[in-house]
Amino acid sequence: MSFGAAAGGIGAGSLLAEIEDEPQPQQGPARRQGRPRIWRVTILVLAAIFFLGPIIASIKYSLILNSGAYGIGNYTAIISNGAIRSALITSLEIAGIAAVVVVALMLPTVVLVRLRLPKLTLLMEGVTVLPIVVPPIVIAAGLAQLQSSAPEWLIKLWFNSPITGLTPVYVVLAMPFSYRAFDTGVRAIDLRTLVDASRSLGASWFTTLTRVVLPNVQTAVLGAVFLTVAFCLGEVVISTILLYITLPVELIQASQSGNAGTSVALSVVSLVFVFGLLFSLSFLAGRRRGTKASRVI
Amino acid sequence: MIRFEGVKRLYGAVAALAGLDLEIEDGELVALLGPSGCGKTTALRILGGFDQPTAGRVLMDGRDITGVPANKRDMGMVFQAYSLFPNLDVRNNVAFGLRMRGQDKPTRLRRADELLELVGLQEAADRYPYQLSGGQQQRVAIARALAIEPKVLLLDEPLSALDARVRAQLRGEIRSLQRRLGITTLFVTHDQSEALSMADRVGVMHDGRLEQLDTPENVYRRPATAFAAEFVGAMNRLPGRIGDNGEVQVLGQRLQVLNIEGRGAGTPCLALLRPEAVSVVADSAGAGEISQRTFLGSSVRLEVTLDDGQRVLVEASSHSANLDLGARVGVRILAESVAVADAVVPQAAQSEAAAA
Repeated sequence: MSFGAAAGGIGAGSLLAEIEDEPQPQQGPARRQGRPRIWRVTILVLAAIFFLGPIIASIKYSLILNSGAYGIGNYTAIISNGAIRSALITSLEIAGIAAVVVVALMLPTVVLVRLRLPKLTLLMEGVTVLPIVVPPIVIAAGLAQLQSSAPEWLIKLWFNSPITGLTPVYVVLAMPFSYRAFDTGVRAIDLRTLVDASRSLGASWFTTLTRVVLPNVQTAVLGAVFLTVAFCLGEVVISTILLYITLPVELIQASQSGNAGTSVALSVVSLVFVFGLLFSLSFLAGRRRGTKASRVI
Repeated sequence: MIRFEGVKRLYGAVAALAGLDLEIEDGELVALLGPSGCGKTTALRILGGFDQPTAGRVLMDGRDITGVPANKRDMGMVFQAYSLFPNLDVRNNVAFGLRMRGQDKPTRLRRADELLELVGLQEAADRYPYQLSGGQQQRVAIARALAIEPKVLLLDEPLSALDARVRAQLRGEIRSLQRRLGITTLFVTHDQSEALSMADRVGVMHDGRLEQLDTPENVYRRPATAFAAEFVGAMNRLPGRIGDNGEVQVLGQRLQVLNIEGRGAGTPCLALLRPEAVSVVADSAGAGEISQRTFLGSSVRLEVTLDDGQRVLVEASSHSANLDLGARVGVRILAESVAVADAVVPQAAQSEAAAA
């Protein structure tokens, strides 16, 4: 919706500019004005059908009970169905821990590279993009190999629980987004001056990072966090192969075992959750630009 | 007292500081002046603890502080620009250093308000940095640096991003504040008028070395080196030859040479003369004519082209100099002594000398 509106806005703006630039052929612009409007509406409708159709269908499907009547039984089943509930909790735990680890790892790294090791910038950009270059199935296969041949202490330490098993992997896989989000955020501020100012006023490195850098790259941090959370809630290949029951894995299993209604209801809930996160991000970002800037943190 | 002892800083093979020795007395304002890349900012950053010297040490009151990290040095620093924390309002920016020192909230906010009053910005306490003009931001930055009652104040070209009027005003304010608080200050700038007008002593830097460290008057009137002479203020370079008694003959006048060391009689040299040390009088039989005239407000800068092609810059009061372009003038040197630079040896002569 907003995409269509934005495109419409740009189109109208450029048309106006054209009219101002060429005052002579009055008929031409008038005719041209009609055509893009039809196109805009057509594209908007098609995009709406494409994106909203499946969502509306899912919502409708999730509201149909096994008996054929409409009701919210599938939604209440999310809470009453122990398997789905525990998968949801596992996924949320993984997402939460991964988000914290991403911030704790990426912020100091990006600051260090910018201030002390600028020569590593290119290397970092290359390294952080690797998780995209290497297909997830290859990573999963490698991890499965390790899982089956690792010594027992490592299995206990790492692979026994989905949280320890998957969180480190997801942190690495989220690196392409999180590193870029942080890098962009840090580039947008005068990092060296702010850090030097903070240090000269007596702040330790830790305080400088948490009190000065972090609040001023807030939008980037939130972006990285939400992308990481969305990724953790949606990743299915690796968790399936490593035999962990996370939310998306449980969704597939539930839909295959006759619980399709509940599984669709859960995917609607997770969709709304991720949408909610993204909207709150743009809301916070908007507030930062407003007059009451950055009292958020 | 601050003391740099043989401080060197190398970046690869390039020496940003090639052995700096400098003493700053308590309560003194020393300005380091020089072109970009001369090492003045490196010196300041080393004193602030943001950079480590490759060799040498820095002492504060006799104590070696070379290895002390920036946050333990007790120095307030004002940066070129954009150094206020964008997420904090003005009052909390000023109070930041006190918060780091563990002072309780009422104390630090009261102190912040006192300092804002000192820099005349108490009404802006609740605003955010982006709501302030450049000059106001720098005042807040000064208040913030002073709030921690530092032993030393470091000023890193704090006025360079401001427009001329604000710059001149703030220049005076910083100086009077510094005098009133008696705080030892190191000030780095590439703007000679800033250095000359604000500092107790000016250090002229070139290629990582201190060329001269003296009072503003002496730096201007008695430059120790050719570089110091040419960097500070406009300068005429007039050819001459050292005479038997350590004097030089320039434009038909004999002047005492200030830096005669190592220059024997008969050595060709360039006499370095300020435009205001030269005067012109309208004279139809004079040795040159006015080839350029720039009105500067209180004064007029004239370029006189002599009959032998040499050009001389003259600065005269705009009241007295009602001379037009093309007018014939006589040129007279007002100074009695002069610093000289080595004359540029023509390349052919140089290679001959090398061959010999």
